[in-house]
Amino acid sequence: MSSNAKERMLRRAARNILPGMTVNLGIGLPTQVLKYVPEDSPVCLHSENGISGVGPKTLPGEENRNLIDAGGDYVSVRPGGAFFDSAVSFALVRSGRLDFSLLGAFEVAANGDLANWTIPGRFTPGAGGAIELAQRARMVAVITTHTDKKGRPKILETCQLPLTAPRCVDRIYTDMAVCEIRNGELYLREIAETTTVAEVVNSTGAAMILPDGAVPTF
Amino acid sequence: MLNKVSELEVAVASIKDGDSVMLGGFGVPGTPFQLIDALVHHGAKDLTIIKNDANETGMGVDWLLENGQVRKLIVSHIGLNARAIEMMNKGDLEVEFVAQGILAERIRTGGAGLLGFITDIGIDTELAANKMRMEIDGVPGIVEHALRADVALIHADVADPFGNLGYAAAARNFNPLMAMAANQTIVEAERLVSTGEISANDVHTPGPFVDHVVELDELPEVYGVVKR
Repeated sequence: MSSNAKERMLRRAARNILPGMTVNLGIGLPTQVLKYVPEDSPVCLHSENGISGVGPKTLPGEENRNLIDAGGDYVSVRPGGAFFDSAVSFALVRSGRLDFSLLGAFEVAANGDLANWTIPGRFTPGAGGAIELAQRARMVAVITTHTDKKGRPKILETCQLPLTAPRCVDRIYTDMAVCEIRNGELYLREIAETTTVAEVVNSTGAAMILPDGAVPTF
Repeated sequence: MLNKVSELEVAVASIKDGDSVMLGGFGVPGTPFQLIDALVHHGAKDLTIIKNDANETGMGVDWLLENGQVRKLIVSHIGLNARAIEMMNKGDLEVEFVAQGILAERIRTGGAGLLGFITDIGIDTELAANKMRMEIDGVPGIVEHALRADVALIHADVADPFGNLGYAAAARNFNPLMAMAANQTIVEAERLVSTGEISANDVHTPGPFVDHVVELDELPEVYGVVKR
């Protein structure tokens, strides 16, 4: 994925993080979306380790050693922010107070199944908070490269890896496309301006419902 | 109020082989590194360690792994500790993965003197494979057992001699939950202040949950900002 393609994908995902939302961004690509959310936008960022109102990353030399986000980055806290314990942190998630959760993925299935916690025998980091985020955020989105490093599709008819949560993903942002999952079916909604519908279909391991007429680009 | 102030070695002396040990912390903030170091020197083996994560290679939990003291980890995430992943893949370490908020809630429930709770989190995944299923008002759920430990090792920002505790920023995380959920709660505190100096309004963990308080001298480098 070129740096242009990555920036385009991050910018596209950032457009759906709206003023007033309470949002959780996963480790890696999801957190990088923040660069493209206007800093003055009234978004309340939640971090699993017990923060609401996470602020921008701190500069080297200005870190607070007790203030990291769930990905381990040193961050600040905005005016109006709060610290709480891990039980309260997930009470917030499970009770439906989280408007938007953006997660990474090893695999996503066309019906919304998500696999992102183990590649058995090879890499098992564990799910951290992803199971509850995937099951309970009001909108669950995945941001990922459309294919893996070997060019194989990451959007599949059925996940091969153990699931984080079944039928939980509502939307997928990739370097090639924006997809939506409704009632267990995968819809192509937008494509990157550098690609074609045929290329996206060829890079996807599941049947997609295509829009009538021209596909919007991003 | 009783004075519970102790020394590192004395505080961990009663930990036995085979004990379950809760460790506060999420990454570096809130991890009781000095107490973990004392546990390494103490040498108790066959431990079950309950912690959010396995720290990073070369830090905290990793010292216990390297020293061969751990039989089992109960955690939500070990992605930053390559040794833990390797030991698990080789079959040298048992790892029980628990969804992060369910881990917190199992500990909270243990600390609250309850037997467990019912949730639909993780249902229909392999993490729920051997759990009892139960319906509440027609909604299917699984039974999660409360989690208690023989010992909890806690890192606080401030403590008084009775064991009233305050935590700093994101160093709170699992600490106040674990402080309630062990038969013996041992605290290391960055600052020890006299009784009454922490306003009753500002106490995060009340003293009756705490057994030993150790004041830390100058903090070693491991507590500082991690350079990447």
